Amino acid sequence: MAQKGIREFDAKRMMSKALPDFSNGKVKFEANQVLIGANTDLTKLEQENPWLKTEKLVAKPDQLFGKRGLNNLLYVNKSWKEVQAWINERMNKTVTIKQTTGETTGELTYFLVEKFVPHDDEYYIAITTHRDNDTIHFSTKGGVNIEEVWDSVVTLDVPLSTEIDDLDVKGFLPKELGDKREIIAEFIKALYKMLVKYHFVYLELNPFTFVDGAPVALDAVAKVDDYASFQCAEMWGDLKFPSPFGLEKTIEEEKIDELDERTGASLKLTVLNPEGRIWNLVAGGGASVIYADTVVDLGFTKELANYGEYSGNPSTELTYGYTKTVLDLMTRKKDPQGRPKFLLIGGGIANFTDIAKTFTGIIQAIEEYEEKLKNTNVKIYVRRGGPNYKEGLKNMKDVGKRIGIPIEVYGPETHMTKIVSMALGTKGGE
Amino acid sequence: MKNYELFDENTTAFIYGSQQKAAQRMLDFDYLCKREKPSVAGFITPTGEGYYKLFWGTKEITVPRYLTIEDAIKENPDADVLVNFASERSCAESTMEALETENIRTIIMIAEGVPQRDVRKIAKLAKEKGKWIIGPATVGGIKPGCFKIGNAAGTVENIRDTKLYRPGSVGFVSVSGGLSNEGYNIVARNTDGIYEGYAVGGDVYPATTLIDHLLRYEQNPNITMMVALGEVGGKDEYQIIQAIEEKKLTKPLVMWVTGTCAEMLPSGVQFGHAGAKADSKADTAKAKNAALRKAGVIVPDSFEDYGEKIKMTFDKLKAEGKIKEIIEQTPPNIPMDYAQAVAEGLVRKSTNFVSTICDETGEIHNYCGVPIDKVIKEKYGIGGVIGLLWFKKVLPQYARDFIELVIQIVADHGPAVSGAHNTIVTARAGKNLIESIVSGILTIGPRFGGAVNGAANHFSWGLENNLKPREFIDQMKKKNVRVQGIGHRIHSVDNPDERCEIMMNFAKEHFPKHPLLDYALAVQDVTTMKKNTLILNVDGTIGVLFVDLLKSLNYKDEEIKEMIDMGFFNAFFIIGRTMGFMGHYFDQKRLKTPLYRHPWDDILYDVPEKPEVVK
Repeated sequence: MAQKGIREFDAKRMMSKALPDFSNGKVKFEANQVLIGANTDLTKLEQENPWLKTEKLVAKPDQLFGKRGLNNLLYVNKSWKEVQAWINERMNKTVTIKQTTGETTGELTYFLVEKFVPHDDEYYIAITTHRDNDTIHFSTKGGVNIEEVWDSVVTLDVPLSTEIDDLDVKGFLPKELGDKREIIAEFIKALYKMLVKYHFVYLELNPFTFVDGAPVALDAVAKVDDYASFQCAEMWGDLKFPSPFGLEKTIEEEKIDELDERTGASLKLTVLNPEGRIWNLVAGGGASVIYADTVVDLGFTKELANYGEYSGNPSTELTYGYTKTVLDLMTRKKDPQGRPKFLLIGGGIANFTDIAKTFTGIIQAIEEYEEKLKNTNVKIYVRRGGPNYKEGLKNMKDVGKRIGIPIEVYGPETHMTKIVSMALGTKGGE
Repeated sequence: MKNYELFDENTTAFIYGSQQKAAQRMLDFDYLCKREKPSVAGFITPTGEGYYKLFWGTKEITVPRYLTIEDAIKENPDADVLVNFASERSCAESTMEALETENIRTIIMIAEGVPQRDVRKIAKLAKEKGKWIIGPATVGGIKPGCFKIGNAAGTVENIRDTKLYRPGSVGFVSVSGGLSNEGYNIVARNTDGIYEGYAVGGDVYPATTLIDHLLRYEQNPNITMMVALGEVGGKDEYQIIQAIEEKKLTKPLVMWVTGTCAEMLPSGVQFGHAGAKADSKADTAKAKNAALRKAGVIVPDSFEDYGEKIKMTFDKLKAEGKIKEIIEQTPPNIPMDYAQAVAEGLVRKSTNFVSTICDETGEIHNYCGVPIDKVIKEKYGIGGVIGLLWFKKVLPQYARDFIELVIQIVADHGPAVSGAHNTIVTARAGKNLIESIVSGILTIGPRFGGAVNGAANHFSWGLENNLKPREFIDQMKKKNVRVQGIGHRIHSVDNPDERCEIMMNFAKEHFPKHPLLDYALAVQDVTTMKKNTLILNVDGTIGVLFVDLLKSLNYKDEEIKEMIDMGFFNAFFIIGRTMGFMGHYFDQKRLKTPLYRHPWDDILYDVPEKPEVVK
């Protein structure tokens, strides 16, 4: 899914390997850090990282959100003992954090602990990527919300396929840095080379500083292009992509992720509201968005239970597994007010996906869930076109009759999203 | 071809990858459009060259396969399109290679998951060279009457229904490949049809974006109106607004940006497309739709009335006389694929082959109706499997055991016998396994190993005709036929052949009946009176005991005769002895024995001084 945020821990881990490599050893970068989850073996961690017990430390959650100081989630200049107690108090606790985009609630599950570094200067650097170029942003006023000091930021565009060594990086840095321009330029070049080679799409260090002539990142925000994982597996090392804070995956979502990774077809599932009454089983990345749009447009946002899609001609077995997961989620509880639930088996006119085949898997799952579907008062609406769609639609009609579940079935002659309004009864049927 | 055109009715393309189905769909489209020649010039398949067979209407044709893009171009200098089905791992590399060629002007990258930086480089290079890329992560697109990319626009039936075989007046472009076909359908239902339609793909950086294609449509006098379908995420749609403001886009444009629900959902939700994620307010679908509307684009209230807005716009243009009337023509018929017709129960055909011993077409293949897993689980053994495949019967345990007993007994008889000797000589001549053992097997016949069939034949004949042993021998002598299966070099009545004893004892103990053995032993009593070594030998024992086995299994005499004639009995010798031949072959190879040459002193040279002259 292309651009994926990675943990501060992983970003620094990669930097400690890449920066000396890409600067012929001129840039030293140490990452004295550990990542602590609920199941981390602390005794082993202590043995492998003796500095934990001797140094003053910094601790903070490492879960793809910033503004940790503002949210009282930054613990600075403390002993290992203090840090452990502090983490213990917070591990697996649900908190609400303030971000520039609003508030998010989620569970604290991972903490980064690193060596505390006393320092004076705090610099800002970010590298952004765009269609035709990458852009390096630098400021001597790091460590604050950079928007507030945006005037101090200097930028350097690196056109695509240009070697950073061919650009005057030193020259673009503010003159006030004096002698430091040399090492900062080397640092930036190495960072940029890593960004390119490691297929980062975003990297921000706010702030970073220098200790004994070596850069130290006090914070790191990074995103990589996970499409490049086949090129970068070795460089990235053991890299996992955590879910955005507050959007931790449910067991069912993880199950679908696994199915998705196993095949060339695409399967996606995000549960938005397990109590919702409108469940989507939609084919296609594009069509699935439109179905969700339509539900929201019709004023049923709160009832929208999931977002998901299947595409790329998945096998019967895959659509069966996918459908079962969705049906299982939607038939766990009756609507407290006894209202019907809706399953929208939607999609556009497929290019090459075999409709009869994909529907066979869906039908198998429907038959298996016959009782549960009846118990939770589920009504099914189908709209689809594409190769073998007539047979697929007919099979869908037949299963409704056979097991006695209301299934309404439409083909290409009906507008793609018409079944949404039909189901929700806002604009009546055709 | 004008700069703003990607394809015309003579465009030919290469397909990268073994995508015969997609190619067939392209050819079916070509045929529907009444193109003069197929649009697929060849396949580029690094795994092998040669050709693939495809249909051109009712006729079957071959389409060449090339190992490299370079080879393909050399043979087909006019082809200027590459439909690249390479996987996400190799798509960028092959696309780059095609971009560097003189000939290829348009490349469609089908794969989803090509690294962004690679695509950005490709997009940049293509622009510099004035070439066109569609994708990645797309199904492609279609230009009615001219060219169809791969799987775009689906089935022949759909192409007919949406009149994609002939141009209309609408230029369509969408982000989503999956939705492009839906888009063609909506346009077809509300206008006179598509002139050109493409999906640029749902990646963060599609190599060409909506605006690139809309600008082409603007220049094309055959396109009267434009329809586009955008998506939440990215800022590409703002270029459309800028182009309108700069009067670079003036034709009526109906457009909708999907993903209006995104703001109502948690911010981290990633939709199905990589690019479908808003990172700022301006990226949202609502903001884009509002901005487009403000710029003068015809934007519906939701996807629901997208079709209506398209119809209104088209009807208005028509009323203004800006749309040329299309003279409809019926496209030619495309025969249904045989597999499809069979699936739908529309055809039947008589077969050329029959198999009654096994079937590998089901979930698990079977031997005469017994699934192979059951064969193993129920321990059929070699004897049981032979029972299924040769006899078409589930044999009783004693029959399976007897078959295995025979196979073990005949497996080898030393290196000196003619079959093994031939195998060894052939192996030493440097030939391979199959050649060496075949030379041994070819030796098997009436004199070597083949006595099994002969013995079965001879004794059966005697017994059937109720000949007393003495009469049998006399009659055979009268016919000047040596009784097969009688006689041994060393063994005699006093020094019996242990192998024969084992088989006979087994039969006596387990066979319900053994009349031919009894008869043969009676014959042996007579022959050994003449000479001590004229005993029933191994071949004879096997021959008569197989007849007894078949009689025990209730085979009729005629059936048994038929089986003897087929060489059934020799088969047990062949299967057993092949193990021995293979052993000799491996032995020689392991020993690295050199070429064998027979010594002169072992050959009697008795050549006349000169040949007889025939007058």
